[in-house]
Amino acid sequence: MSTTLLLIQTLNGLQLGVLLFLIAAGLTLVFGVMDFINLAHGVQYMLGAYFLAAFAAATGSFALGLVLALGAALLCGVVLERLVLRHLYGRDHLDQVLATFGIILFLNEAVRALWGSAPLHVDIPEAMSGAVRLMPGLLYPFYRLVLIGAGLGVALLLYVLVAHTRIGMRVRAGASDAAMVSALGVNVGRLFTLVFGFGAMLAGFAGALAAPILSVEPGMGDNILILAFVVVVIGGIGSVRGAFVAALLVGLVDTLGRSFSTSLMRLAMDSSAAAQAGPALASMLVYVLMALVLAVRPRGLFPARAG
Amino acid sequence: MNRGDFDVKRTIGAAALATILALPGAAGADELKIGLISTLSGPSAALGQHLRDGFLLAVKQRGGKLGGEAAEVIVVDDELKPDVAVTKAKALVDRDKVDFVVGVVFSNVMNAVAKPLAESKTFLISANAGPSTLAGEGCSPYVFSASYQNDQNHEVLGKYAQDKGYKKVVLMAPNYQAGKDSLAGFKRHYKGEVAEEIYTQLGQLDFSAELARIAAAEPDAVFTFMPGGMGVNLVKQYRQAGLADTVPFLSAFTVDETTLPATQGAALGLYSGAAWAPNLDTPENKAFVAAFEKEYGYVPALYAAQAYDAALMIDAAVKGLGGKLDDKEAVRAALKKADFKSVRGAFSFNTNQFPIQDFYLVKVAKRPDGKFETEIAETVFKQYGDVYAAKCPMK
Repeated sequence: MSTTLLLIQTLNGLQLGVLLFLIAAGLTLVFGVMDFINLAHGVQYMLGAYFLAAFAAATGSFALGLVLALGAALLCGVVLERLVLRHLYGRDHLDQVLATFGIILFLNEAVRALWGSAPLHVDIPEAMSGAVRLMPGLLYPFYRLVLIGAGLGVALLLYVLVAHTRIGMRVRAGASDAAMVSALGVNVGRLFTLVFGFGAMLAGFAGALAAPILSVEPGMGDNILILAFVVVVIGGIGSVRGAFVAALLVGLVDTLGRSFSTSLMRLAMDSSAAAQAGPALASMLVYVLMALVLAVRPRGLFPARAG
Repeated sequence: MNRGDFDVKRTIGAAALATILALPGAAGADELKIGLISTLSGPSAALGQHLRDGFLLAVKQRGGKLGGEAAEVIVVDDELKPDVAVTKAKALVDRDKVDFVVGVVFSNVMNAVAKPLAESKTFLISANAGPSTLAGEGCSPYVFSASYQNDQNHEVLGKYAQDKGYKKVVLMAPNYQAGKDSLAGFKRHYKGEVAEEIYTQLGQLDFSAELARIAAAEPDAVFTFMPGGMGVNLVKQYRQAGLADTVPFLSAFTVDETTLPATQGAALGLYSGAAWAPNLDTPENKAFVAAFEKEYGYVPALYAAQAYDAALMIDAAVKGLGGKLDDKEAVRAALKKADFKSVRGAFSFNTNQFPIQDFYLVKVAKRPDGKFETEIAETVFKQYGDVYAAKCPMK
């Protein structure tokens, strides 16, 4: 029984990790390649979910809605980069944080004005609505398995893109030394737009995939952004591989911590004290993990930037 | 955005303009001024929107008057920040010279504004929040509740679980004060075994780990308090995990008309506790729900009904006093009479100026027109007051 529970919780952790990876991948690229702190990345995730909700409702098809949502998320990212963020690359990090925080406020309220404050509803697509019985009384939605699969697929695609294509080479080069890449004749401006748009699309993809299981509401990206930053820092800024490993690590630590911390604390203290201490410990675990990793490897697990 | 929204904005705009124009000559003596504090931005804005719309509907139905006096309603957004709310509440009193303050969705905001308002001898009428701090020893002659005391909605489910003979339950709430109060409220009447008490992070999005724990515990029922978006996530995932068909889902402030548009069918058959539901069978309620849906295009939640009642309460009190609001003790006596037809039917005030009313187990149902609402399943408490009233020194 407890092995089954452990297995299920591992699966749950994997699923959270995959979702985090999709968000963190774009964030780490933008952070690493452009040395740009983009707090508005969580908003891109929210926009993805809203676009999917809107397009899926308008077309009546989840797949078509997803394609349109991805396009819209990409477009949004590119427009945002061209209109606002482009002017902030030369500024220091505080200016970037302020400006992108402004974008969060603006877009959260814009979404509220367009779609209202009440959360939106998105159905799980008919073809994936089944469930697998993993233990008595608990069904595991097939859709969540699809989500894990899709995330791993994107990870593979990203790996091929970054490690084995010309454009990926430029991105990696940009992450380790942007000035040199520029001096070698690469149009860094265009590269930045591309990376930013792609990152926004990945975050949008994560939002769209999450829409049927989570509530689509203004501000939904703000919480997950913090975890995504933790993933980026643990993985090493600018490293997609690091983001992947760190995202799975954070997903597993968070989920397993939430599931078993209370039971573990019960071994050491009485039941009511454990009920208090367990959740408190569980919510800290991710940050403890980050502190530990940084203590051993101050630049994260897989630092992208040389020296 | 619906047309109703637009009208409200226009009304507020006109009201603001009127204020500006009236400034030099000092406000007209006969005008009734009401400050409405609600949460209108951030993740919980839907609740505040229901509250605001419920109140404004009552004013609109009376041709912009309450108690026969032209009523100006000044709507402010507390942003769910106690410090912001205090600043705005003080501005309502000092600058706008309001006669009443209505509203407040959240208890932490309520606690923050109650004191400065009472010090300025301004009546605060709660259309939702009912913290124990204001119901017990800290009760105040200037605070009235047109809603409920927080514990009561949780007690409904505890009592129901006890009466139903559930032997083993799992309790789950976010790890903060209101979450702990909620579970304490449930346990006041439930005497069976609590298999697990699960505290989650505030703002948690994914409950898959907790759902696996619930399934492993094999309880007779689950009780939870997951307000707002957390509740939407939980309900969807509870249904997807197949638990909705096997383990009864008892909840408070988790499934209501603010979250049903998002959960839709996933919430069907889930239970909640409340003093009101859209299908409550009183003539006043039928008229209210019909008028609300016609005006705003969505099904009202309890926040709207309570705010509507708050407006009727002011209406009756002002009418009874003939518009003379200077004698605070007289105003208080008039309010306390509760001489209005509540949409909830029988309604009176306890010694702590919180309501004595019926509480129901409500169940999510789909209406013939395809919209979802909570409907009354059974009466759990008859004319029930809260447990804190005994500690309130007021008589």
